[in-house]
Amino acid sequence: MKVCITSQGDKLDSAIDPRFGRCQYFIIADTESEDFEAVPNPNMDSMGGAGIQSGQFISEKEIKAVLTGNVGPNAYQTLNAAGVLVITGVSGRVRDAIQKYKNGEFKSTDGPSVGSKFGTA
Amino acid sequence: MKQIVVISGKGGTGKTVITGAFASLAKSKVMADCDVDAADLHLLLKPRIKERHQFRSGLTAVINKDKCTGCGLCSELCRFNAVEENFSIDSISCEGCAFCSYACPVKAIEMKENIAGEWFISDTRFGSLVHAKLGIAEENSGKLVALVRKKAKETAEKINAEYIIIDGSPGIGCAVIASISGVDCALVVTEPSLSGLHDADRVIKVAKYFKIPVKLVVNKYDLNVDMTEKIEEYCRKEGVSVIGKIRFDKDIVRSMVDGKTIIEYSTGESTERVKAIWERLRECSSKDAFD
Amino acid sequence: MIISVASGKGGTGKTTVAVSLALSISNAKILDCDVEEPNAHIFIKPEIRIKKPVFIPVPEVDKSKCNFCGRCSQVCVYKAIAVLKKDILIFKELCHGCGACSYLCPQGAIKEVDREIGVVEIGRKGNNSISSFDSAQDSHTASLQFVHGKLNIGEAMAPPLIRVVKESIDKNMVNIIDAPPGTSSPVIESVKGSDFCILVTEPTPFGLNDLILAVEVLRKLNLPFGVVINRSGLGDNKTDKYCKKENISILMRIPFRKEIALAYSRGISMVEALPEYRKDFQKLFERIKDRKFS
Repeated sequence: MKVCITSQGDKLDSAIDPRFGRCQYFIIADTESEDFEAVPNPNMDSMGGAGIQSGQFISEKEIKAVLTGNVGPNAYQTLNAAGVLVITGVSGRVRDAIQKYKNGEFKSTDGPSVGSKFGTA
Repeated sequence: MKQIVVISGKGGTGKTVITGAFASLAKSKVMADCDVDAADLHLLLKPRIKERHQFRSGLTAVINKDKCTGCGLCSELCRFNAVEENFSIDSISCEGCAFCSYACPVKAIEMKENIAGEWFISDTRFGSLVHAKLGIAEENSGKLVALVRKKAKETAEKINAEYIIIDGSPGIGCAVIASISGVDCALVVTEPSLSGLHDADRVIKVAKYFKIPVKLVVNKYDLNVDMTEKIEEYCRKEGVSVIGKIRFDKDIVRSMVDGKTIIEYSTGESTERVKAIWERLRECSSKDAFD
Repeated sequence: MIISVASGKGGTGKTTVAVSLALSISNAKILDCDVEEPNAHIFIKPEIRIKKPVFIPVPEVDKSKCNFCGRCSQVCVYKAIAVLKKDILIFKELCHGCGACSYLCPQGAIKEVDREIGVVEIGRKGNNSISSFDSAQDSHTASLQFVHGKLNIGEAMAPPLIRVVKESIDKNMVNIIDAPPGTSSPVIESVKGSDFCILVTEPTPFGLNDLILAVEVLRKLNLPFGVVINRSGLGDNKTDKYCKKENISILMRIPFRKEIALAYSRGISMVEALPEYRKDFQKLFERIKDRKFS
């Protein structure tokens, strides 16, 4: 099963990026094999609609859950429609977040955690 | 790091004068001028530009006359009346939606990226200022505002600044929404007039719509004391605290003519009042974070 | 005839000039195009007769026809459409209503529906305003027609609403347009097509800085214009020097007087509070007319 963690760097020791739509990297990790790939976010500097575009991007990758700091309303709606679980309020290192997810310590949210344009500035 | 934005709804209420004063008062900060349409803060801060960058945003259609058969489909489809009779594009009307370029049966229309303005990182006697100039007749001011804020945040993170102080833009549309999104506190500067109250009401509603904590200051309050009371009454009803009132003071105009902030120019009553407002704002912005 | 009133900087007295001019001449119609923060109604106190909501067209997808090919999402430059494997989402607040998606959808699955962005209100000056006019003067203003647009809270796009306000322009009347402040697209949308533009400024460094920007805009648009200096005597004389150097006519000066500020703060137009200025506005109008049509 694959999860996606928004990250400020491309390693498992990198810090989690609190933004979803404009995070620096998406780290896509396999919870069983512990393999991962770091994908630079193509929408990081997008001038508008970054949450939607990132949501659409994630939906193409067969991902079970997104672990991040915050998601806005548009990104939440997109991920939700794509059947991806959204877990917000996650901070610290990417590696630890994956472990906590495996331990079942997170609950998915049922709505956006921030208003629109949160990650713009 | 706290982000504080000064807005007004109505123009000319003293937003930039107060932002400039905060620049003198805050110890550790980066300034951002988000009034990219008619920026004035630089007149007080006198920036020395360190970095200058083009702002590329949006697209404009260009018709290749060699390929164009004059069928008129683009003109018929364009919702913004940007295709002129001789099949050239009125670049001021063109919204850059690219509809025509997709629809053209002979692929004669190309979309070209606009250079819509410039943005700068500068040194001032109060620290760094991030500012911008939107090109004449350009749109997307909201996007340039978002860019200025992003660069201000990066600059502030580098020096571990305590505050980002933002001069917002007038109105309630795109540029204002981009100026206030995600800030810790918005200070509305208004004046005691019906227009001032009307416009403050509209911009406060926008701030509330985006769930931004709001405080208010009445500038030139003694020009109409009854109206000031009405504004205070309005604020009580709306749950917005009035954190200060400033008199109409010719020293403020003189300081502007001198290119100084009021704090630098005078030790009079206005300076004392602005200092008190800054202290209250500091308290509010740190408290609101835990509300 | 269309006269627009603009200024780079806000709060310089655009509305004061537009309203006072409209109240000083006959056969006038005022159109407040500052749809983000319209203020002219505060001074005119119009009786509104028509209220019409303004819409932009936004896409709606018939999911039974959609095969999730992604063409609409690809052509939308505003990123307002997300196409997933088995679903499609429209973000209406990002849509500019260009119509590309519905036209280009290979399945014909997209139609357009209306989304309200604001309201246009049309009326005329009522008799309920505080007025020190005698009845002869009142006959001038009794016919003043009024139109303004009000952008809904949370909406970002003023230009489509401004276009609808301007649909009320009457070629047989003197149309006075109160433009928004600044230099960007809402200002252009408001002033373009005018016969003349009045730039209102104040003699301060901020006022001058923003006047220079506004002059650039009008020169780019090739619109004839002149300057009204409000709060004359308040700051310095650099605005005069600039206008002289640039060969820009100063059409009128409004002194800095507490009575004017007080009337303004109460929502009373300058010419109603201080009728002696009415002839100055009539002179302003004559000068504009001659300049343009001599």
